[in-house]
Amino acid sequence: MKELIKELTEAFGPSGSEDVVREAIKKHIAGRVDKMRTDPLGNLIALKKGQAESGVEARKIMLAAHMDEIGVIISHVDEKGFLRFARVGGVYPLTLLGSRVVFADGSTGVIGREKPDKPTDFPTIDKMFIDVGAPDKEHLTRKVGDVASFVRPFVDLGKRLTAKAFDDRIGCAILIQTLLELKTTPHDVYFVFTVQEEVGLRGALTSAFGVEPDVAIALDVTTTGDTPEAHPMAVSLGAGPAIKVKDRGMLAHPGVKNWMANTAERLGLPYQFEVLERGTTDAMAIQTSRAGVAAGVISIPCRYVHSPSEMVDYDDVQNAVKLLVGLLSGPVEI
Amino acid sequence: MLLKELSEAFGVSGHEGAVRQLILDEIKDLVDEHHVDALGNLIALKRGSLKARRKVSKVMLAAHMDEVGLMIMHIEKQGSLRFRPVGGIDARVLLATKVLIGDDKVPGVIGVKPIHLLEPKEREQVMRVQDMNIDIGASSKEEAERLVKISDYAAFDTSFSELGGALHTVKGKAFDDRAGCVVLVELLRESYPFDFYGAFTVQEEVGLRGARVAAYSIAPDIAFALEGTICDDLPKKRDISPTTTLGAGPAITIMDRSVIADRRLVDLLVDTAEKNGIPYQFKQPGLGGTDAGAIHLSREGVPSTVVSVPSRYIHSPVCMLSLNDLDNTVRLMREALGKVHELDLSRPQGF
Repeated sequence: MKELIKELTEAFGPSGSEDVVREAIKKHIAGRVDKMRTDPLGNLIALKKGQAESGVEARKIMLAAHMDEIGVIISHVDEKGFLRFARVGGVYPLTLLGSRVVFADGSTGVIGREKPDKPTDFPTIDKMFIDVGAPDKEHLTRKVGDVASFVRPFVDLGKRLTAKAFDDRIGCAILIQTLLELKTTPHDVYFVFTVQEEVGLRGALTSAFGVEPDVAIALDVTTTGDTPEAHPMAVSLGAGPAIKVKDRGMLAHPGVKNWMANTAERLGLPYQFEVLERGTTDAMAIQTSRAGVAAGVISIPCRYVHSPSEMVDYDDVQNAVKLLVGLLSGPVEI
Repeated sequence: MLLKELSEAFGVSGHEGAVRQLILDEIKDLVDEHHVDALGNLIALKRGSLKARRKVSKVMLAAHMDEVGLMIMHIEKQGSLRFRPVGGIDARVLLATKVLIGDDKVPGVIGVKPIHLLEPKEREQVMRVQDMNIDIGASSKEEAERLVKISDYAAFDTSFSELGGALHTVKGKAFDDRAGCVVLVELLRESYPFDFYGAFTVQEEVGLRGARVAAYSIAPDIAFALEGTICDDLPKKRDISPTTTLGAGPAITIMDRSVIADRRLVDLLVDTAEKNGIPYQFKQPGLGGTDAGAIHLSREGVPSTVVSVPSRYIHSPVCMLSLNDLDNTVRLMREALGKVHELDLSRPQGF
């Protein structure tokens, strides 16, 4: 699964430019699903049909992981060929300093900064620029509207992994791996790889309308409280997949939450509960789609979220796959 | 001139009736069907000439009828009026402006302390909206109550006029988005191969509310929002981007706070502009939000973008635009819509 994670995290896909990620995912799930389509906003929706089992009520389940990552977009080209930019999603200015970015065509840029008034000044986006090494404006091929993502290769640290865009390529990888390991399911399961989560859960909103599920589970990352002097939070790397109780945008359906926890207990899988003070996920948009959907979230604990070097625990990832396969293999008990 | 009539019409969010009537009079003989929906959107249909179902057979064009303004909240004992903004208004543009209140258009002015009386500290502060008042010349609460009532809307009292020059500049209020309304009316004069839904929407300035329900009922294949957008092209100290530039042509949106435009639509607009020699510019990515923000999230999603007429000083009592930009926006949209049904919006399926 590490090869898959490497491929997905290194792929280019800021919000609104998810084509490369989508094509990579299609390649992995082709032949494993009964139907596959891309909707008007670019969400990839793949259906694995259920096989009827006596005594098990078949449900329509939507699993969602977002393909997009945060990035930057060129907003202005100055007279000397330096590029001003705006952010796509929640990019922290501090993580940009000293970073490189890559455009869709593979070309690279370096982030520079105007001279601060005081050395202690906090860097802001409007005082930064991208330098693509063009000697002057005439030799520049970049233009307003071009989108770039962070450059940072995947590194296997052993038990832990680091890469850009674990948020949420790790969720995408878990959905793919689940599809590969899932033998049969009594439910119609829609594997939905969504677009534009980082700019406002937009793909989840429209794909949930299209799928119209009974139950939904989003796969995404969550922050942790296990680093030095961290903001207090009872989530740690390696303590198992986190079952969301609440975040800033949603309260998980208690039935879905308990179904997940009971399944983890039954399978002897480690798990932890997640209460996230900031941020939210696709499940928030799915939950209030149409007449409402029973929605929950399995979160992968992740350090340094929205930085170019995020970190997850490989055991958490594998246990999330096992938990998901367990959930889909039996009745939905909510 | 339609822009003059629409600019001078009274249509603060939630109270768009006068604007709607003007537009209806203008378009009723141009369209096959029209209706006003539950929230007040005027939705007009012009049937397509092509009978065969195409990949793009239903196109929505939206322009919002509402403008930012004020609402009367309280009448003071002495007869002056307290108010709150409807939509986003910078408190600094309100002082000493003329307004018209309610359906009877009662004139009033937003009072300001003469400079002689300002404490040094006050000169460096912005007065809060809740501390301002509208003076309608009434001498008592009773007299004021005979003219206005709590919940009346107030709009800026600004007459339209032509300043001329090479850019054919005009000034007036509410070019955001009466400029878009004019473009949409002009587009309805043409015929198209697809079903053309013109949606004149309500309540954009308070949260894209009309567009949301209009898009749900129309269920279009693709959509364009037509706007009068931010233009801050006056000289700056640093080499940073203006949002748009007056006279540089229609502004195409790639990304704002509310939408990431569908690149295939952006490419169509750019190709069309270049082939036809129509000037165009990109709106600086990241700023503002429009009806497209609500439309593109309707139902299963609608590929959308925004084309805007640059307008200086929007959300203030007086805006300025170039009629050249307005004409070029109509031209660009007309040419692009002539090609839009040929777009292949399916994505490679492959497997």
